Amino acid sequence: MKFTLNGRRVEVEAHPLARLLDVLREECGLTGTKEGCGEGECGACTVLLDGRPVNACLVPFAHAEGARVSTVEGLKDRRLRAAFVDEGGAQCGFCTPGMLMAAAALPKGFDEQGLKRGLAGNLCRCTGYTAIYRAVEKSRARRAPARPKVRRAAPKRPARRRSA
Amino acid sequence: MPSVGKSVARKDGWAKVTGAARYVDDLRFPGLLHARTVRATIPCGEVAGVRVDAPGCVVVDHRDIPGRNVIAMIEADQPCLVEREVRHVAEPIVLLAHADRETLARARVEVEYRKREPLLDPRLSRQAFKEITIEKGRLAEGFARADLVVEGEYSTGAQEQLYLETNGVIAVPEDGGVTVYGSLQCPFYVKKSLEAVLGPGRRARVVQLETGGGFGGKEDYPSILACHAALLALKSGRPVKLVLDRAEDMLATTKRHPSIVRHRTGVTRDGRLTAVEVEVLMDAGAYVTLSPVVLSRGTIHATGPYRCDHVRVHGRAVMTNTPPNGAFRGFGAPQTQFAAEVHMDRIAEALGLDPVRLREINALRPGDRTATGQVLGRDASALLALREAVRRSDFHRKRKAYPSQGKGIGLALFFHGSGFTGGGETYLASRASLELTEKGARILVGSTEIGQGTRTMHAQIVADALGWPVERVTSATPDTALVPDSGPTVASRTCMVVGKLLERAALEMKARLGRLSPRAYLRRHGPLVVTKQYEPPAGLEWSDQTYRGDAYGAYGWGCDVVELEVDPATLETRLLKTTAVCDVGKAIHPVMVAGQIEGGTAQALGFGLLEEVVMRDGRMANAQLTNYMIPTSLDTPPLEAVILESPYPHGPSGAKGVGEMPMDGPAAAAANALRHLGFDVRSVPATPERLLACPRLPAPGAKSKARPPRATSARGRRRVS
Repeated sequence: MKFTLNGRRVEVEAHPLARLLDVLREECGLTGTKEGCGEGECGACTVLLDGRPVNACLVPFAHAEGARVSTVEGLKDRRLRAAFVDEGGAQCGFCTPGMLMAAAALPKGFDEQGLKRGLAGNLCRCTGYTAIYRAVEKSRARRAPARPKVRRAAPKRPARRRSA
Repeated sequence: MPSVGKSVARKDGWAKVTGAARYVDDLRFPGLLHARTVRATIPCGEVAGVRVDAPGCVVVDHRDIPGRNVIAMIEADQPCLVEREVRHVAEPIVLLAHADRETLARARVEVEYRKREPLLDPRLSRQAFKEITIEKGRLAEGFARADLVVEGEYSTGAQEQLYLETNGVIAVPEDGGVTVYGSLQCPFYVKKSLEAVLGPGRRARVVQLETGGGFGGKEDYPSILACHAALLALKSGRPVKLVLDRAEDMLATTKRHPSIVRHRTGVTRDGRLTAVEVEVLMDAGAYVTLSPVVLSRGTIHATGPYRCDHVRVHGRAVMTNTPPNGAFRGFGAPQTQFAAEVHMDRIAEALGLDPVRLREINALRPGDRTATGQVLGRDASALLALREAVRRSDFHRKRKAYPSQGKGIGLALFFHGSGFTGGGETYLASRASLELTEKGARILVGSTEIGQGTRTMHAQIVADALGWPVERVTSATPDTALVPDSGPTVASRTCMVVGKLLERAALEMKARLGRLSPRAYLRRHGPLVVTKQYEPPAGLEWSDQTYRGDAYGAYGWGCDVVELEVDPATLETRLLKTTAVCDVGKAIHPVMVAGQIEGGTAQALGFGLLEEVVMRDGRMANAQLTNYMIPTSLDTPPLEAVILESPYPHGPSGAKGVGEMPMDGPAAAAANALRHLGFDVRSVPATPERLLACPRLPAPGAKSKARPPRATSARGRRRVS
């Protein structure tokens, strides 16, 4: 079957009903896309199919014929990646590839609810999502936003308090 | 330039955002077999017969175990594979392996059972795996001084860790033994288990791979999987991959211990605690596993962070026919502090006192003695955390204003001991090594990176001690053939305990180097490895017999405020905001510390409001993500993490633990916010179904005008339950 994988035309032999997830990981050797639940609930296997985010564990390979498939390995958005590293958007890293792909598919000019809704199909158990929001917002902003949530009252001695 | 206190680039960051990081299921080995576990379908009984129809498959049962048929943890009561007796659903009986997954799936194994009546209610269990009593002062005397006695029973449900990467290992036959690669927290625990199962003369080596979350769920269970994969690898002579799918992971692996906690508290009418009596019951499940130590932490934290001269805490962890419950972030303390903090709000209510004021009066202060008699150091910052949380959240104003807006606000104050309980750290005698390299230094520890940032944080501590940039410090893979045993990666100990060992090693390395560059030193003197072993700080004392003394080297202190509203039609809770204050001693890497607080708080809000493990006949009935709900981005409120730093003199740069602490407060703070809305919540998760059945309190407006109790003699004191 022929399709475009991360910008390159490829031809891959696999059963048309094989999960796209397995074809990517096993036939194409792209193990960045993860399996978290196998039932389309966690979003760890999110890839872009013709630019739209899908759960690769639910998509039969046949749907990829002639389509554009993008995985984390082919993600061009360096700013987004860097923001995930700097802002703590990746902890254990297992949801990260899917989260990055879902974030990459967010429409321009999203608001807070749009951001939350856009990532609602991707579970993260480490971050409480806060750092992920920070990272996505930072990558889309013209200027890097301050880290708003990390505030420190750092007393030298327990009795005194100082805000920084 | 010092890196401690700065959010330097994560060592494992770039690999994780490019898809290059390799987890267990990403590895390939030539000749690899896939494995499958045949598990018990009944909670209690005996295996009467096993019929295997698995052409071409490698088949392993208990008779193939060359060593002892046990999973060696605290006790050796749990078999590696069932021989006859079945004690819980999903107990492993037969193992299969085949190169082709479809052939493996087609293999049939029929097990006949002689069923017995299972014991599923912990209240009815007569078999206690562990019993603990903590006593301070004389309880009767304390109750005699009370104007009011408040009683209550509180309960918490099981909770699934739900790391995004399921449990998994690969076992490879090597040099007459087995090497296990896996997603795990404690390589040396796995090694110990493998050695028991493989028997003498077979080498066991364990290598931790990139691990997609643990939260305690990969503390003990990987030992079982590793033994299973190793047995198949040994029999077949080929590498064997055993990666659980989500349903099997949820069905078979450990959960947070369900708890039932009873409080009976004596208090004066001006709000001083005079007597605290707590009865803790934890459902251990079918085998001992880690339950004794979970119970230990649970009972020590059961009073909450409060001073009282007369205390009795009694705890039991009992056997039932459910899969063993185990480690989960907080390790018993979230359960008992949930009870303590909801109880505190009920005491405040009974006294007609402001909940913040009641906590201010009773919060532990530097110099106070805990329930075990430990004298607290200057870093005991419960009051500071409380006031910071109240100020940041504008608690007092909202507490008055919210009832008329249909919103609720509640808080919880908590503490959390860093490191192993009691003499645990002395017993572990952890070691950490630092090796001089051409360009800098390489850290050799058994501590694992499971997302929390071990590699980066350790490198920062070492770099600062050596006066080098953090880029010059690297970490070795946790491979038991390469690194010393630094103890398990649990108990909020990786920074405070192992980090301190590394700091000491780095300071010695710096002294040995003198003015020489690493390269010059290596050329002149040859290789240099500095190893340090844990020594307890002077004056730390503990007795396992009496449960008296210094239960932990240090405690972290924290306070959470939860704001929420409840849909009057569906009773769904909508979280509006959560403020989480944690005193961690010193934030080595502020972004990662905030990440621990934010992530732990979200997980704890799930524990309090969403996540319900439904057990039916000893079997998890909702073992899938479709109906076991963890917080999504839409369920998680804006989280404000506030870091306080009251340094602990024996931690690296003053640091204490942070990993578990954020788990302790949110469930109680959420329950107290629901209480503010009129729901008498004493059991979590407070799902809409539970709220429907929940007794209602008088309207909040009326409640705040409740009269304080009459001044009464001890004999005529009021009782509230």
